[in-house]
Amino acid sequence: MKLHVSHSTRYAFDPPMRGVAQSLRLWPSTFEGQKVQRWDVSIEGGTRGAGFRDGAGDWIETITFLGPVGEIVVNVEGIVETENRSGLLKGHREKVPPMAYLRHTDYTRPDAEFKIMAERAIADGKTGLDLAHHLSSLISDAIKYTPGETDPSTTAAEALASGNGVCQDHAHALIAAALAANIPARYVTGYLHAQGDIAEASHAWAELYVSDFGWVGFDASNRACPDEHYVRVGSGFDSIDAAPIRGVAQGSGTEALSINVSVVEAAQQ
Amino acid sequence: MVPNKRGHMGEKPAYFNEMFEDGACRPPYAGIEGWANDMPAEFRSLKQSEAEALFRRIGITFAVYGEGGDPDRLIPFDMFPRVFSTSEWRKLERGVKQRARALNAFLLDVYGRGEIVRAGKIPARLVYQNEAFEKAVVGFKPPRGVYSHIVGIDLVRTGPGEFFVLEDNCRTPSGVSYMLENREIMMRMFPQLFRENRIAPVENYPTLLRNTLASVAPEKCEGDPTLAILTPGHFNSAYYEHSFLADMMGIELVEGQDLFVEGDYCWMRTTEGPQKVDVIYRRIDDAYIDPLCFKPDSMLGVPGLMNVYRSGGVSITSAPGAGVADDKAVYTFVPEMIRFYLGEEPILNNVPTWQCAKQDDLRYVLDNLGDLVVKEVHGSGGYGMLVGPKSTKDQIEAFRLKIEEDPGNYIAQPTLALSTCPTFVEEGIAPRHVDLRPYCLVGESIELVPGGLTRVALTEGSLVVNSSQGGGVKDTWVIAE
Repeated sequence: MKLHVSHSTRYAFDPPMRGVAQSLRLWPSTFEGQKVQRWDVSIEGGTRGAGFRDGAGDWIETITFLGPVGEIVVNVEGIVETENRSGLLKGHREKVPPMAYLRHTDYTRPDAEFKIMAERAIADGKTGLDLAHHLSSLISDAIKYTPGETDPSTTAAEALASGNGVCQDHAHALIAAALAANIPARYVTGYLHAQGDIAEASHAWAELYVSDFGWVGFDASNRACPDEHYVRVGSGFDSIDAAPIRGVAQGSGTEALSINVSVVEAAQQ
Repeated sequence: MVPNKRGHMGEKPAYFNEMFEDGACRPPYAGIEGWANDMPAEFRSLKQSEAEALFRRIGITFAVYGEGGDPDRLIPFDMFPRVFSTSEWRKLERGVKQRARALNAFLLDVYGRGEIVRAGKIPARLVYQNEAFEKAVVGFKPPRGVYSHIVGIDLVRTGPGEFFVLEDNCRTPSGVSYMLENREIMMRMFPQLFRENRIAPVENYPTLLRNTLASVAPEKCEGDPTLAILTPGHFNSAYYEHSFLADMMGIELVEGQDLFVEGDYCWMRTTEGPQKVDVIYRRIDDAYIDPLCFKPDSMLGVPGLMNVYRSGGVSITSAPGAGVADDKAVYTFVPEMIRFYLGEEPILNNVPTWQCAKQDDLRYVLDNLGDLVVKEVHGSGGYGMLVGPKSTKDQIEAFRLKIEEDPGNYIAQPTLALSTCPTFVEEGIAPRHVDLRPYCLVGESIELVPGGLTRVALTEGSLVVNSSQGGGVKDTWVIAE
């Protein structure tokens, strides 16, 4: 499948900020089942810094703006060829040992509920890939896809307790469940060419490290593993660590954020 | 580990006295025996208050690394020097440098291919699940492959030639300003001692530190690198040391807000406009160094600094992630590191350590609490520890419950018979237990000034030298034979 992604992020600051620094993790990489044909990140104004590839395989760049900064618009546009690999991440160049992902953050801390969930699954005899699939469907069952019930600061435990959430909550919750089962897990950001009810073109899911298979993606929001409809961009311990745009603004103004994403089949244009 | 140090103190708890052996003065102390014995009591107390006034005036009142306590309290200075002979020092020096080399090789390895883990010499979980292991720097090779540029190694002595390493400090070991100030004050108060004895100088430490920092400037830096010390600010307990070192090296002392990132580099705001900074000696913890990489709410760091670092625009010393080498659980494996990376036998001994996370070790520890020192794995500063032989039955039983609750949080070591050094006390001169922290510099070359920080347990019989627990400091001499 050939996917055309266009993604625009606009920050409006009122009153303008004295300065803004952003770390960008906006570039998908090429691996088996994902080939980047063209990818442009354009930002008006600001100074771009040298880019580098981090140990997890993500390309990162810095951009800084000197004040007064009233508005920042980040435009991402590109074409990625995809194939279904049933969620398996193969041929992705990275150096971080999977075991380094066996740690939780404030967002992914497994509370007693996650521990019970993991213990039961293990007691049921689930192991390996089977266990990972099982945990993912348990999270899909436990957290109903409900926009507006949670916010970006909701933790995995809070989402599980409320029973509602969006893709960020599903990903955090699945990571927490995996960590409780001693499975390395991480947060992945990307794009989704949506067909079903859940239209999150800017998407997030989890990857679990399964012996003999490596990293495998699980999208608990869609009860699926990433296939040719997904474009994988970056990863991290949680939504903050993996964020496509991480920024710090100097000033006392308020920040208004608007995001516009479209993912369509390139041939249809 | 096989418990082989049971009853290390032996039948009679004799301590090695560094000055007197079988009633005779050991050679390194020969030059000060007369000075100490002949000093009239009034003269001594006069000098003691003079020293205190000097310390107060220069404002050196901070606590040593991670010890907590009241930052404005003056740490007692004992005028009786601690003395090593040149040959004693040579062995120490070789041992300290060997350790600093191995620790750096380990850091470069675990952020690279992890050969030591693959070889099964250290459990993967101790390294990769360690809180101090930084995913953000995996695969990054800092200039010259050095992660820990200032290695503070805490040593104790139990006999004429027996030294043990208590712990390694690979991040930002503090206290070196005491080493320099103690010497300065001794030279000012007792100039004749320095005329009569050939005492190796330590005052070139700031120059060596400066050279070390400059030697790890990034490749992109052309010409003389600009260096700066990054401090969390004046409320930090070691702020005095940060400003002292900046002053001695003639470099800027900056806070996060004085630096900013633009383009490929990190810049310092100056009255003449922005100036590029090439090497940052940071005295801020990893978590606070850059809100775009670590703690998002840190106000102490510089947004974007880690990106500049990882793309080769600035050097950070010690390198972020260096802490994984000085963890108390990783400490046990330093002798393995020395054999693995250097193909040498360790010159300095580790203290035998029982890991309470292991069943057999835990059982031994619980059965022998009265003889052992038990510490928290991540604790420091003499807090949260049990010194078995110095504790009451109730204290031991209370501690037993804490260990049983969370065994993985504790390690235990035998009670070492720490050496003593004569010390001025109210009644005159008496032996008190001491330790030593030398500061090894690692850059283009490995340097160690002949000296360090000697801490002394001023309370009679006490083995805890931490300043928060009644410890003081001494000038440390290496004397020509």
